[in-house]
Amino acid sequence: MVAVGIDCGAKTVKVVLMKDGQIIGKSLVMAGIDTKVSVKEAFDEALQKAGLTRNDVDNIVATGAGKKEAIFTKDIITEVAAAAKGAIYLNPAVRTVVDVGAEEGRAIKVDESSKVVDFAINEKCAAGAGAFTEAMARALEVKIEEMGPLSMKSTQVVPMNAQCAVFAESELVTLVHSKVPKPDMARAIHDAIADRIISMVRRVGIEKEIMLIGGVAHNIGFVDSMSRGLAMEVVIPEAPEFVGALGAALAAGGK
Amino acid sequence: MSKEFWRWTESRWTAPDKDWRNGKIITAGADVGSVSSQAVIMVNGELYAYSNMRTGSDSPNSAMNAINWAMEGTGLTLDNIHYTVGTGYGRVNVPFAQRAITEIACHARGANFMYGSTVRTVLDMGGQDCKAIRCDDKGKVINFLMNDKCAAGTGRGMEVFADLLGVSINDVGEFSLKVAEEPPPVSSTCVVFAKSEASGLLRQGWSKEKVLAAYSSAMAHRICTLLERVGLEKEFAITGGIAKNIGVVTRLEKELGIKALIPKYDTQIAGGIGAALFAKAIVEKEKKK
Repeated sequence: MVAVGIDCGAKTVKVVLMKDGQIIGKSLVMAGIDTKVSVKEAFDEALQKAGLTRNDVDNIVATGAGKKEAIFTKDIITEVAAAAKGAIYLNPAVRTVVDVGAEEGRAIKVDESSKVVDFAINEKCAAGAGAFTEAMARALEVKIEEMGPLSMKSTQVVPMNAQCAVFAESELVTLVHSKVPKPDMARAIHDAIADRIISMVRRVGIEKEIMLIGGVAHNIGFVDSMSRGLAMEVVIPEAPEFVGALGAALAAGGK
Repeated sequence: MSKEFWRWTESRWTAPDKDWRNGKIITAGADVGSVSSQAVIMVNGELYAYSNMRTGSDSPNSAMNAINWAMEGTGLTLDNIHYTVGTGYGRVNVPFAQRAITEIACHARGANFMYGSTVRTVLDMGGQDCKAIRCDDKGKVINFLMNDKCAAGTGRGMEVFADLLGVSINDVGEFSLKVAEEPPPVSSTCVVFAKSEASGLLRQGWSKEKVLAAYSSAMAHRICTLLERVGLEKEFAITGGIAKNIGVVTRLEKELGIKALIPKYDTQIAGGIGAALFAKAIVEKEKKK
């Protein structure tokens, strides 16, 4: 049985291919102007990696903000359900899943059978999503992948008052003018976004283990701010950005 | 360096028919906002001179620059001004002010002067915040609501769009009205998301006018909800920089079903006028003692 999960995010499309419950291929491409084209591209790439063709595929399930754009899929599931399935598959001890994507943040409470008990979503405001860190990285003229390592070098806590990403950008300019070192600004940025996310997590209730998924989980500075803010360790899977697609693939496989 | 489309025109003005030397009470109001700073000089409670400029990186300097520009060519010096009130976001950092008063109180007082005592609702649309103020016939605040947390519905948000579309902030209002048919408003509230939504619309072939129209009506809608929460009562006046944006004002009036009073003064100096009037009241009170 070959099952495929496609996660059409705001910024990237992720595909996970599973055969008899094992991951046999995955791919990630940038979501271009036409999501349908990006989905096709990602799907074909994953098939190629697994040495399969479309005819070998038994079932496909799509998820993500652009899930309806994956026109050749038979079925769709919500991002929340996909994240819950993926997280429990990777670590059955997880009870809280925090998913931080490019344009959305989610906190999900799950039980051991990956059933969603409760969830909260922010899709209205960039201050609780990856877009915030991206905008700030641009303002600091730092590459997004360097933000994490940079903030780990911070030696002092600098407060950031602005919540809004647009206002925070102006505030950063002021900090730059007052010669605040970049690592300290990077840490302030990660603390700010973690703060927003944690207040969302509190709405569903914090229960161990906490797993952090989504592309932003690659940012060690953000992970550090999260575990400091929550005062506990957070579990980071090996490929955090693929958990949604994995969940969709599990759904396609009948799990 | 690319053109700075967000950069609005700074200005100064002096009353052509007045001389401060004939005045008994000379007061000033300095409104140091997050985006713009104004200094207003009043003689015997009448508007004498003002300046309106962009706030720099530090408040004391911005306040000094504004007052110096307002005094330019008048022969006035700081020593001639009897009392100064500071207001706005940077009100505690006005070096030449004897007192600081909140911008809420100053805007209500200023609007009362600018639009007359019939004003009951003042909407101040500033650079980084938006306030809906209910006031009485003396310009005293009864109630207010503000958004200073989110760039949606503020001047800063419009600046982001001016930059994205390459249209000067002075022209965005007129520009947004050049659409044959009103498009649906952009669906994102957040300016960051609205910006990516707008980029998508441009790629789909939308004209700049149409994108601006969609953003302006979204902004108008957001401000409407603030006004509805505070309770809109006639007469209605708009102050602040966005009051100059005809695209937003027209759409706001349409959604509210009520016309705003036509401004006779620069809408950005309302806070400064209010501050200068409070200064006058303080001077008069001290004289009575």
